[in-house]
Amino acid sequence: MGIISRGFSGRRSAADVKLPPGQYLTTDFPVLSAGPTPHVSLDRWEFVIDDGTNVLRRWDWKSFRDLPTETFTVDLHCVTRWSKLGTSWEGVSLDTMLGDVKTDASYAMARSYGDYTTNLPLNDLRNKQAWIAFRFDNKDLAPEHGGPARLLVPHLYLWKSAKWVRGIMLMHQDKPGFWESLGYHIYGDPWREQRYSSDE
Amino acid sequence: MWRVGTVVALHDEIATARTITLEVPNWPGHTAGQHVDVRLTASDGYSAVRSYSIASAPNSQGRVELTVERLPNGEVSPYLTQEVAIGDPLEVRGPIGGWFVWRPEQTEPIQLVAGGSGIVPLMAMIRTRAAAGSTATFRLLYSVREPGAVLYRDELQALSAENSSVTITYAYTRSAPKNWPRPPGRIDAALIANTTWPSKLVPTCYVCGPTSFVESASRLLTASGNHPDKIRTERFGPTGERQ
Repeated sequence: MGIISRGFSGRRSAADVKLPPGQYLTTDFPVLSAGPTPHVSLDRWEFVIDDGTNVLRRWDWKSFRDLPTETFTVDLHCVTRWSKLGTSWEGVSLDTMLGDVKTDASYAMARSYGDYTTNLPLNDLRNKQAWIAFRFDNKDLAPEHGGPARLLVPHLYLWKSAKWVRGIMLMHQDKPGFWESLGYHIYGDPWREQRYSSDE
Repeated sequence: MWRVGTVVALHDEIATARTITLEVPNWPGHTAGQHVDVRLTASDGYSAVRSYSIASAPNSQGRVELTVERLPNGEVSPYLTQEVAIGDPLEVRGPIGGWFVWRPEQTEPIQLVAGGSGIVPLMAMIRTRAAAGSTATFRLLYSVREPGAVLYRDELQALSAENSSVTITYAYTRSAPKNWPRPPGRIDAALIANTTWPSKLVPTCYVCGPTSFVESASRLLTASGNHPDKIRTERFGPTGERQ
């Protein structure tokens, strides 16, 4: 426990018990990005899975939208400490997109329009816990929230859910992405409060 | 690692924003643009943490200045701007952030664009420039609601008066001083064209403020020819006390 702040009582609500350590509840949807918001037109959009050498799968917007979709409701946890509960999305499961890809890679690097990157273990993209999402709250995903499509991996801090995603590269060894190279945690589990690289 | 700093000075910049000077033992130093996490703990162990930008230049005394804007429904900012007293201990962690930073080794022209209290990390850059004796040329475009909301007014005035390498343009959104050349309004393409570095000089741009401000300012900078790679942004969410 920290040292007591004289005269501080704080605000808490019953909802706080459902939150990971150090998070507080918000009902709106703050935006956090390192640079300007890219505006990607659908006729130029594509999503590529590669292994660093060869393209393994490629979709344009039409073929991507021909894939079966799922609607799902998840909680979001941002490393800047806000959490937003019960957000509803529509997207394509990464299980569908990785389905028939043969690989012995253990890690993935997500890449975005605007050159953002973030790394994850490949297992975290599988098993019904990761999507390429294109609708939020029954509306097309707005550019500032990552539209036309973003990665969504809600069991990790939200910086892992790359906005404006355009592909993933499969890797045999883990490698830090953008924020992971700038002092943030390599994995980013909110329930273990893995915010910064010095956290366990 | 949480460190226990001691509040050694308090200064009200304006009615709704206060600068807190902390002395932090074994402070490792910081880079202009970085922030710290501040943790408050109630007597029953409940704690709340928020991030605040560092306003001061790095110094050898282990002093860190935070300028905190009071948010009407904030959990932490009202305490920091109204309750905290000189001599109080305050837990901090950091410095944090390696992207939205300016280092004295940078020699290219620098374009700073601030919306409201988004000036705070940019002020750290301006102060660091002065402290390091850098000759990098800075321009600051500072958008605020009204003249009374300008943070660091006297210091900015003194800096720009004595040093032609820091050029400051104020843009007022609600009410401007008498005879101000530009009617109150949000920043627009004409203001960007007339007051920011020409993009052919390839300035590095730092944009900080509320989300909608950062969205529009960075879009205008891109439209005027700046490459997105040269634009670094820091956004304050509508509820986040500092994102």
